[in-house]
Amino acid sequence: MTTTSVKPGTGDTAASPAGRDPSDRARSEQRLGWMLAGPAFAVMLLVTAYPIVQAVWYSLFDYRLTDPDNISFVGLNNYAVILTDEIWWISFGVTVFITVVTVAVELVLGFALALVMMNALKAIRPVLRAAILIPYAVITVVSAFAWQYAFSLDSGFVNSWFDWVPGVAADTDWFGGTFSSLFVICLAEIWKTTPFISLLLLAGLAQVPDVLQEAARVDGATWWQRMWKVTIPNMKAAIMVALLFRTLDAFRVFDTVFVMTNGANDTETVSFLAYRQTIARVEIGLGSAVSVLLFLSVVVICVGFIKGFKVDLSQARGEK
Amino acid sequence: MRHARWRRVLAAGVAAAALVGLAGCGGAPAGPPVLNWYINPDDGGQAEIAAACTAASNGAYRIEVSTLPRQSSEQRQQLIRRLAANDSSIDIMSIDPPYIPEFAEAGFLAPVPQDVAQRTTAGVVNSAKEGASWNGELVTVPFWANTQLLWYRTSQVAATGLDMSKPVTWDQVIAAAQRQNSTIAAQGIRAESLTVWLNALVESGGGEIVTNPSPEDPEGVELGLDSPAATKAAEIMKNVSAVGGPGFSTASEDENSNAFQAGDAMFQVNWPFVWGKVKSAVEDGTVDQATLDDFGWAIYPQVTAGTRPAPPYGGINLGVGAFSPHVDLAYDATECIVSEENQKQYFLTNGNPAAKTSVFTDPEVVEEFPMAPVIAQSLQQAKPRPQTAYYSEVSESIQRNYHPTAGIDPPGVGPATAALIKAVLAKEELL
Repeated sequence: MTTTSVKPGTGDTAASPAGRDPSDRARSEQRLGWMLAGPAFAVMLLVTAYPIVQAVWYSLFDYRLTDPDNISFVGLNNYAVILTDEIWWISFGVTVFITVVTVAVELVLGFALALVMMNALKAIRPVLRAAILIPYAVITVVSAFAWQYAFSLDSGFVNSWFDWVPGVAADTDWFGGTFSSLFVICLAEIWKTTPFISLLLLAGLAQVPDVLQEAARVDGATWWQRMWKVTIPNMKAAIMVALLFRTLDAFRVFDTVFVMTNGANDTETVSFLAYRQTIARVEIGLGSAVSVLLFLSVVVICVGFIKGFKVDLSQARGEK
Repeated sequence: MRHARWRRVLAAGVAAAALVGLAGCGGAPAGPPVLNWYINPDDGGQAEIAAACTAASNGAYRIEVSTLPRQSSEQRQQLIRRLAANDSSIDIMSIDPPYIPEFAEAGFLAPVPQDVAQRTTAGVVNSAKEGASWNGELVTVPFWANTQLLWYRTSQVAATGLDMSKPVTWDQVIAAAQRQNSTIAAQGIRAESLTVWLNALVESGGGEIVTNPSPEDPEGVELGLDSPAATKAAEIMKNVSAVGGPGFSTASEDENSNAFQAGDAMFQVNWPFVWGKVKSAVEDGTVDQATLDDFGWAIYPQVTAGTRPAPPYGGINLGVGAFSPHVDLAYDATECIVSEENQKQYFLTNGNPAAKTSVFTDPEVVEEFPMAPVIAQSLQQAKPRPQTAYYSEVSESIQRNYHPTAGIDPPGVGPATAALIKAVLAKEELL
């Protein structure tokens, strides 16, 4: 939808000052803009808005896929059932836990990796970037299986390698308890998506003007001072984008949990809950309501981030 | 120049794709009607049967197989989603028995003709007939029937003095494993197999998980999970998990068969596939002949001494899709698939026991599977899992409350699960 934006100075803002009718040229440009963006807009409506509206509609019904003759309108009852059920709150808590832990660790790790990539010798930079990006190229289900095999009792090597760590023994059953399972889930997620966050942060690092760094250096600022006062404030938009994308991603975590524990030991996440109501139980009404709540959570996170960081996203895109 | 070349390549590609697409729309392929058979994954036995029946039909039909996911719950999901959309490409399906009532209630199964029903149930073991029916009527065709046995390592059991030629109880098995400092491999994982185990324990103790399925009104379902039989079952589960080894709460049939084969467990309750598995391992040279010779088998353990156990019943039955354009042909094909000869062949090549009793006395079968008579006896005694159109809700509720088995409170878990199932079916709680 960004296709509607026009270059400053050539678009309608320049041709039609406030209060006056837009000129013919501006109008025809606007029309052209709509003609160019229209199909994309229609496709967006079709593929994103339609399923959302349909989910909201279905969430108001008691509808089981195997019993289509008995559909009945129940209003907001499905939401009442979900929000008063402890399973929803456990799943919600688990999802928030995974999100907070993975995003926090990934931000620190990703930043460190971005610094390494930024400062590495030019000769090894491409190799280094490729090496760091490999985990991100691995399909989530594959990485989940790999980590599960590494930690499982019969095929895993983790127990025998790390039995010197307190709490780890040859027969530690990682997927037998809530927190040990969540630990492995978080670890797999962190391994998989840290490259993504570090790549976004690398882009942010590269945007910090060298003149500012030099000026700070001339003023006698230490490395830490430059980092906190120059680098980080200047890449706020990049950090926000990285955090926002990863938080949204982490909040919808599904594959890793599905593969590793299948929701056992209270490790179920919100999207897993939606999957089970809709796909496993074929309760379309209840499942849609869970999906709508998941969607609303994601919207709240988005708005919270954008408001909280006070970053103008269009500025981050370099449009103003 | 470069751009122009790429554009030409792209245009040629699009044109080729369009032509292929058009060719695909050019009417039905010539030849006999194709019957799609959706099968559960196996060692290729069902595909062989499909080829054999295609040949035997003399051009009346051609059977093609499509493989469903590995887990039975996922097989159900895929079939249900397609059938709910009136998918006419599903002619024959291999269905896990507990989901049959749901398919039947939803109208997804074409009615079994009377004569086909008579011919395909002649000489079939009780449990398979029961599992293929709903509301007292045959709605699917029994294909192969599975049951669990109690497998033991002869050498380890000999040291305990337990006489395996006589029926043993769970308590005896637990005590023997404790004495030997060994383990019992049972399915403690949060999965369908946990329900299979609980159902066998409750039924063996004379109880029932669902006492009245009430198909018309799901909220009226009645459960027997607060009975003494259910409490005893929960006690046994808890006691077994104490001697189940460190990975008990994540152990499925495959892990258990590995642990038993490796000698880490002296007992296991498992399906007969474990025999075929160890035999092929010996043939491959990865396992010694001594391990194979050490395998012993007996009927499923008793819950209380002197009462006949009700071992788990599994297997696969064949349903014909209600929206298939070739229902009659599909039933012809089904009859061919479940012929005694094919059942025997399937047993011999894939290790999946037949539904027809006569197969178990076949000399070839007995030579390959010396435990065939015990399997046949077990199948006659076996009981299906709760028959209700809401089976997956019942099973998932059980898995939620009975897992991990080490942490359950035997008198409390049954009533709590019954309350959960009722609330879930009344749509007052999530699952």
